[in-house]
Amino acid sequence: MITIEQRAEFRKHFRNNIQSRLVTDRIIKGIVFGCVALAIIPLGSILLEVIRNGAPVLSIDFLTQPPGAVGSDQPGGIGPAIQGTLLLIGMSSLVGVPIGVLGGIFLSEYGNNRFGHAIRFFNDVLAEFPTIVIGLFAFVVIVLTLGYFSIIAGMFALSIIMLPIITRTTEESLKLVPVTYREAGYALGIKRWTVIFRILLTSAKSGLITGIMLSVARIGGETAPLIFTILGSSDFFTGFDQPMDALPLRIWRLSLLPYDTATAQGWGAALILILIVLSLNIGMRYLFLRKRGGGGRFRITTGG
Amino acid sequence: METVKLKGGSPVYDKVFKIASAIAATYILAIIVLIVFQLSSGSYLIWAHEGISFLTGSDWNAVEGSESYGAAPYITGTFVTAGLAMIIGVPISIGIAMFLSELAPKFLRSALSFVIELLAAVPSVIYGLWGMFVFRDYLRDWIETPLNNAFGNNVWFFSGTPFGLDIFTASVVLAIMIIPTIASISREIMIAVPNSQREAAYMLGATKWEVFKMAVIPYSKSGLVGASILGLGRAVGETMAVTMLIGNATGPQAFPTSLFGPGQTMSSIIANEFAEASQGSLHMAALIGVGLILFIVAIAINIVAQLLVSRVIKAHQGAVLA
Repeated sequence: MITIEQRAEFRKHFRNNIQSRLVTDRIIKGIVFGCVALAIIPLGSILLEVIRNGAPVLSIDFLTQPPGAVGSDQPGGIGPAIQGTLLLIGMSSLVGVPIGVLGGIFLSEYGNNRFGHAIRFFNDVLAEFPTIVIGLFAFVVIVLTLGYFSIIAGMFALSIIMLPIITRTTEESLKLVPVTYREAGYALGIKRWTVIFRILLTSAKSGLITGIMLSVARIGGETAPLIFTILGSSDFFTGFDQPMDALPLRIWRLSLLPYDTATAQGWGAALILILIVLSLNIGMRYLFLRKRGGGGRFRITTGG
Repeated sequence: METVKLKGGSPVYDKVFKIASAIAATYILAIIVLIVFQLSSGSYLIWAHEGISFLTGSDWNAVEGSESYGAAPYITGTFVTAGLAMIIGVPISIGIAMFLSELAPKFLRSALSFVIELLAAVPSVIYGLWGMFVFRDYLRDWIETPLNNAFGNNVWFFSGTPFGLDIFTASVVLAIMIIPTIASISREIMIAVPNSQREAAYMLGATKWEVFKMAVIPYSKSGLVGASILGLGRAVGETMAVTMLIGNATGPQAFPTSLFGPGQTMSSIIANEFAEASQGSLHMAALIGVGLILFIVAIAINIVAQLLVSRVIKAHQGAVLA
């Protein structure tokens, strides 16, 4: 039997206890807020510095002229780099998008077996892969075989980086199409591949476009694989078998030069790059992902 | 006529299409196999020249005649920077994930997840630029110099003269870069914890923190480990920011002796020295060999992480469908 005194003692103990427990709770909450703040400060600082340092150098000349001679008072611009980045994005998409979409179709429509699971697994592994290794691979396969650095090698490396992202988003958006759509198609006697092309891909259009644009945003910011493939140059596009420049590569080279004008240009190029990458990201998320409440299991990071 | 076209012609097309899509899917597997094969054959020269001492040696001499290559300092450097980044980044990421899944009000939840994902979208080279010209000065003046003044003479890893381009700066920027990866996956894993678990703990009178500790953590432990390992994979392969910030030592000096000394990682030595190595030389083979080691480390890390993460999230999705 518990006496009244004992009961009072328990109650008191419990009250004392709850005080300290609530204090712990508060402290933890404070720490957690701190963590969130710590993560946001760098993003704010990066955006601020890029805009503050990059905006003053922006001009028509800066965006369209080739870079001037190193150390001279003719700073030139980043025209070839912008051209190179756009060309690379276009060419990589030409290779990466069809293969990625087809792969995604396979995983969603025919991939519910052991082989499909294996592909899905390695696809996810490749998505998180160090892009510098993919760059080295492209160097060994393309540059060493052909004997010259070229935009073709850059395209090959970047298309491999795009693939897993497109494959996975295609698969996920195809799986969101209701089974009844497929059944309606089959009921009309339409062949499977026509159902996939005319019904499923049309219904899953927005998810597909999101995946493609996010993968474009990712390869737009890649630097490491480009060192081994397009090498960098100061000239505008002269041929598919020639070295080429790209924005991230130009930023890196500029940051290594010991001149203030070069550093300022580096910030300017960074501003253009971050505008391209973040507007693609924000735009796509706002247009498509928000509607479905998040991007699912697969998210896009920019590495390299 | 439209209807006839819609029917899709002969059944052969169906087969052809299925095979075409299977080939596209297999392309990914083929690429991985090819990477192993090409990097092995590309680095054959160095393995023939150095043998196992390529893994254990620390010389890095490209002078013709006395060439000698050892990757040990860079392997160590990679693990030291990635490990430090994990020590800094994982607790912060778990904190963020806890805030997003347990504490934040609804309107903050989506806005914050959005900001965190933007952090993941900033290109690596811009992190490098920011680290080189902005963050490095703050880190040197506010953290490195005080630590060096206080402990520099007694604790070996705080010794040396803080310069800002060193292992510590590279690790902190790496931590900032892996936080979004770990935080957003951890958040999804915590959301996957059934609410009944939380309710049971609340019913016993637990506070928010106790619910987190008693109900959420035990349930999501393996997934959180997987998320952290995915972050580790990213830190190990990260190139540009590290190359710009780590100070780029080579040879035996590249062994990390102090947090405030320059170092080198596997990816940064490849990026730095690639332009100097001529095609077909032993130097190039050594760099490709380093790439092969990096590949093996990264694929092992990624496979473990994917196994841990996909199991948790798959269980969650199964529960939703059922």
